[in-house]
Amino acid sequence: MKPNAALEGLFNGGNTPKAMKTGTTIAGVVFKDGVVLGADTRATSGEVVADKMCAKIHYISPNIYCCGAGTAADTEKTTDLLSSNLAIYSLNSGRNPRVVMAVNILQDMLYRYHGQIGANLILGGVDCTGNHLYTVGPYGSVNKVPYLSMGSGDLAALGILEDGFKPDLELEPAKELVRAAIKAGIMNDLGSGNNIDICVITKQRVDYIRPYQESQYKDNRKIKYKYRPGMTPFLTEKVVPLKLEVVQESVQKMETA
Amino acid sequence: MEKHCTESRVKGVSTGTTILAAVFDGGVVIGSDSRASMGEEYVSSKTINKVIQVHDRIFCCIAGSLADAQAITKAAKFHLSFHSVQMESPPRVMAAASVLKDLCYKNREELQAGFITAGWDKKNGPQVYVVALGGMLINQLVTIAGSGSTYIYGYIDAKYKPNMTKEECLQFATNALALAMGRDNVSGGVAHLVVVTEKGVEHVVVPGDKLPKFHDE
Repeated sequence: MKPNAALEGLFNGGNTPKAMKTGTTIAGVVFKDGVVLGADTRATSGEVVADKMCAKIHYISPNIYCCGAGTAADTEKTTDLLSSNLAIYSLNSGRNPRVVMAVNILQDMLYRYHGQIGANLILGGVDCTGNHLYTVGPYGSVNKVPYLSMGSGDLAALGILEDGFKPDLELEPAKELVRAAIKAGIMNDLGSGNNIDICVITKQRVDYIRPYQESQYKDNRKIKYKYRPGMTPFLTEKVVPLKLEVVQESVQKMETA
Repeated sequence: MEKHCTESRVKGVSTGTTILAAVFDGGVVIGSDSRASMGEEYVSSKTINKVIQVHDRIFCCIAGSLADAQAITKAAKFHLSFHSVQMESPPRVMAAASVLKDLCYKNREELQAGFITAGWDKKNGPQVYVVALGGMLINQLVTIAGSGSTYIYGYIDAKYKPNMTKEECLQFATNALALAMGRDNVSGGVAHLVVVTEKGVEHVVVPGDKLPKFHDE
């Protein structure tokens, strides 16, 4: 990746830090009353799990949410930028943002960077024109679909979605389908794991359920790792006052008239 | 995602494709398959739309990198709409093709997309133009493009006749697409066909199982 090539010079041949990627499973399904988005919560940095409770479903606007796969920093910043721009647009035009506008802004931005921004995004939302689900690739390609999965666990999740998807699902079956798809990704892909987050977007409200299902392999810490101040005994104490020299003094009167 | 693109020359999602357009008596038929691929093995979409409307009676088929093609057609739509407002009349098909050609030629180092532009305008009636990868623009009566087109050159040369009827032309296009999809692994899905005449635009979608079958299927 080009941005990290500049870093390599600084480490004198030692180990450069690897970009934190969300080796991920994310999925989305359009159902009768809206859109359900789902994601796992594992972020990896090489072979180490860097974050066990990573939030991959990002807020874009009150009616639009976005799941991100790829480089964690890129998805985070891209969605933040999109969210700010949409909020400004919404205030200026007096209209609620539409999903298709968010998609167009993302497409323009990612295309300009020719794939250097490693963000694979699933955008879902409900607006006055209906319920929509779009995928945006890192090179700027866009596709509108009724169901979708992305990330390193996408093939496992896609199998579940292809089998279980029907047009106009009810809420509970749609949530269950997305949950099962993410679960398949978690079970069959090393880059995905831990908990499952679900976000249900309908015309009336948004339900961000985090976590929707917790991992059954959670570790239970036996003791606390926080230490009270004063627990470490010390042998000697030496106080050295810091000498300061006044070089220049200027006084400015404050006007409070 | 990276594991899907092994040795693909096109970065990201590619429309390894079959697209065609043919002039008949009174209009044009434009057609494409609906498969988008990443690398040689992964079908990233079975239902991608490759026939894009750039103006009321002008359509564009895309081939090559999906990101590049979508960016170019977006810019083309804007330019055409602006041109149409300035001229206070619908743009000519030649104008649409030229807009695409300009974009492709000026950026030929970075872009990997080719187009077939076809439509109907008041001055010259139905026309078909092909804009190739480097920015070449040629007017033809019938043209094919994309990776699947190599398998149907013989069929097109043998079976195309000028001044066919609409039904004959639709059958010709459907057969051509079916033959190409049958031989090319990166073309497939459904056949999208659009018929443009002076009266209007008609969309025909032929699902995979309703495509014509040939002797070996």
